[in-house]
Amino acid sequence: MSREGALNLVVLAGLVALPLWAHLAGETFTVTLATRAVILALAGVGLNLALGAGGLVSLGHAAFFGLGGYAMGILAFHAQSMTPLVDGLLPGTKSMPVIWLTTIAVSALAALVIGLLSLRTAGVYFIMVTLAFGQMFFYFAISWNAYGGEDGLSIWVRNGFPGLNTLVPIQFYGLCFAVLALVLLLSHLVRRSPFGLVLNAARQVPARLEAVGLDPTRVKLVAFVVSGAITGLAGALFADLNRFVSPAMFSWQLSGELMVLVILGGVGRLFGPVVGAVIFVALEHWLDGVSDYWHVYLGLLLLLIVLFARGGVIGLVAGRERAHD
Amino acid sequence: MTDPVLEARGITKRFGALVASDGVSLDLRPGEIHAVIGPNGAGKSTLIAQLCGGLRPDAGAVFLEGADVTALPVRARARKGLARTFQISALAMEDTVLQNAVLGALGASGRPWRFLRSALSDTELRDRAMAALTRVGLADFAAARTAEVSHGQRRQLEVAVALTLAPRAFVMDEPMAGLGAEGSAAMTDLLDGLRAEAPILLVEHDMDAVFRLADRVSVMVNGAVVATGSVAEIRADPAVRAAYLGDAA
Repeated sequence: MSREGALNLVVLAGLVALPLWAHLAGETFTVTLATRAVILALAGVGLNLALGAGGLVSLGHAAFFGLGGYAMGILAFHAQSMTPLVDGLLPGTKSMPVIWLTTIAVSALAALVIGLLSLRTAGVYFIMVTLAFGQMFFYFAISWNAYGGEDGLSIWVRNGFPGLNTLVPIQFYGLCFAVLALVLLLSHLVRRSPFGLVLNAARQVPARLEAVGLDPTRVKLVAFVVSGAITGLAGALFADLNRFVSPAMFSWQLSGELMVLVILGGVGRLFGPVVGAVIFVALEHWLDGVSDYWHVYLGLLLLLIVLFARGGVIGLVAGRERAHD
Repeated sequence: MTDPVLEARGITKRFGALVASDGVSLDLRPGEIHAVIGPNGAGKSTLIAQLCGGLRPDAGAVFLEGADVTALPVRARARKGLARTFQISALAMEDTVLQNAVLGALGASGRPWRFLRSALSDTELRDRAMAALTRVGLADFAAARTAEVSHGQRRQLEVAVALTLAPRAFVMDEPMAGLGAEGSAAMTDLLDGLRAEAPILLVEHDMDAVFRLADRVSVMVNGAVVATGSVAEIRADPAVRAAYLGDAA
C-alpha cells in the first residue's frame, strides 16, 4: 500500500475511534465538533472534485452549501408549522432521506445553470462569476422574509432518519460519517474511471481532449454538477447539525473557508478535504480559546502550506501523488 | 486518380491586413506522405488549424473523405478520423504514458461517461492503447509518468495517441521538433511505416526527413502554395530554391 493509502486509513480510523471515545467519556461537545468536521469534509470533497480534478477554482460553492441548508430548512419549517409547502398540495417533511434527495436535485440543478454560464469563462473570470452567483443567493436569502430573511430559520427538532435516533449526538455523527465514507468511496472509484481520466486530462490539456474527439467543457460541466450536489448535501447535514439555517451559509466567507480547508489538506488528493476539515475545526476550536484573532494563525498556517507544501498536509506526509493504476 | 482523403480547396484566412492563407489548395491521397514546407510565417500553422478545425477559413472549404467538414469543430473532425499531433507536445504530464494513450482510446470509443469502472482495467481500451504504444516503441515505458520520460519519448507518445484513434488521415505538426539526429532517424522510420495505415500531412522543418519521407512536397511562402511536386521536382524548382531552400539544397 502507498504511504498516502496508509495515511488515509489512519485518518479514517481516527474518525471512528475519537468520537466513539468522546461518546463513552461523555464528551458530547467533542462529538459535535467531530460531526462539524465530517460535514465540512463532505462539502470539501464536493469542492475538491471541481477544484482538484477539474481545475475549476469556484469561489461560489457556498451557493450549493446554502441551497442544501435552505432545502432542509424550508421542508422542515413547513413540517413543524404544519403548513403546506405548496398550497393544498405538498406538505413539508422531517425525513432526512427525502430532504437529502431534494437537496441533491436542487443543488445539482443550480450547479448546472451556474456551470453552463461560468464555464464560458476561465481563470480569474471564472472565480469572479462563481463568486457573483454565490452573492446573488446570499442577498436573495437575506431578503426572503417568508423564511426568516436576515435572521434565518430555526428548526426545533433535528430531522429523522429511519432506524436511528438522530437526537443522540453519536448516532447523528455515525450517519454523517457513513455519508462521508460512501462519498469518499465513490470519489475514489470515479478518479480511476474513464470519466476521471478524461476530467484529469481536461484540466491539464484541454486541446488534447478536442484532438481525440472529446468535449472538455462538457466533462467539466458534469464534474461541476456532481461537485455542487455533494456540497449541497453537506449543507443539509450542516443545517441539521445546528438546527438552524441562515444567509451566512451562502456567504463568500464560507466559500473561502471550503477552499482553505481543501488547500490545507491537499488539493486533488482524495482525503485532502478530510484532513483539511479536521485541522480547520480543531484550530477553530482551540485557537478561538487562545485568541479572538485566531484567523491570523490560520492565515499563517495557510501561507506556510501554500509556500512550502503544495500538496497540502497530505503532500507533506505522503509525498507527491502517484499516478492511479 | 484516387480520391483524396483530406483536401483543402482555396482556403483563405486573413488576420487584419495579414493574409495567413491565400487561396490554399492541397490534398492528401491514400498511402502518401505529403510534406508542407516553408519559412517561418509562411502560414503552415494557420493551414493546420483550418484543416483540423481550430480556425474557420474566411473562404474556401475543407473536405475529409469527400465530406465538407468546414463547419465542424476539432472534436467532430477527430471523430471522423482526423488525427493530429502537436508541435509542442500536448500531453497530460501528470499522468502515465499509458493513461495518455488510453485517453486517445477513450476518445475513439466515444464512451467517456462511465464513472465507477476502472479505466485501466478495461481490456478493450488497454489493448488498444498498448498496441499503439508498442507500435511507437514505448511499451516498456507505459507505467512511467509522462513528465519523467524524455522529450523524444513524448514526441513518440504524441504519435501513439494519434494512432489510438485508428485515423483515416494524420496531420502532423513538426513531429521532429527538438529531436536529435538519432531521435529524428527513429521518428523518420516510424512515420515511413505509418503511411500504409493512413496518409500523413507532414509539416516539418527537418529537410533530411522531408526528402526521405515525402511522396509529394508543397512549398508555402507568404500564405500561398508556390509549388507542389515530387522531391526531385521541388529540389529542382528555381523559384523554390530562391524563396526557401537557398544553398542548403
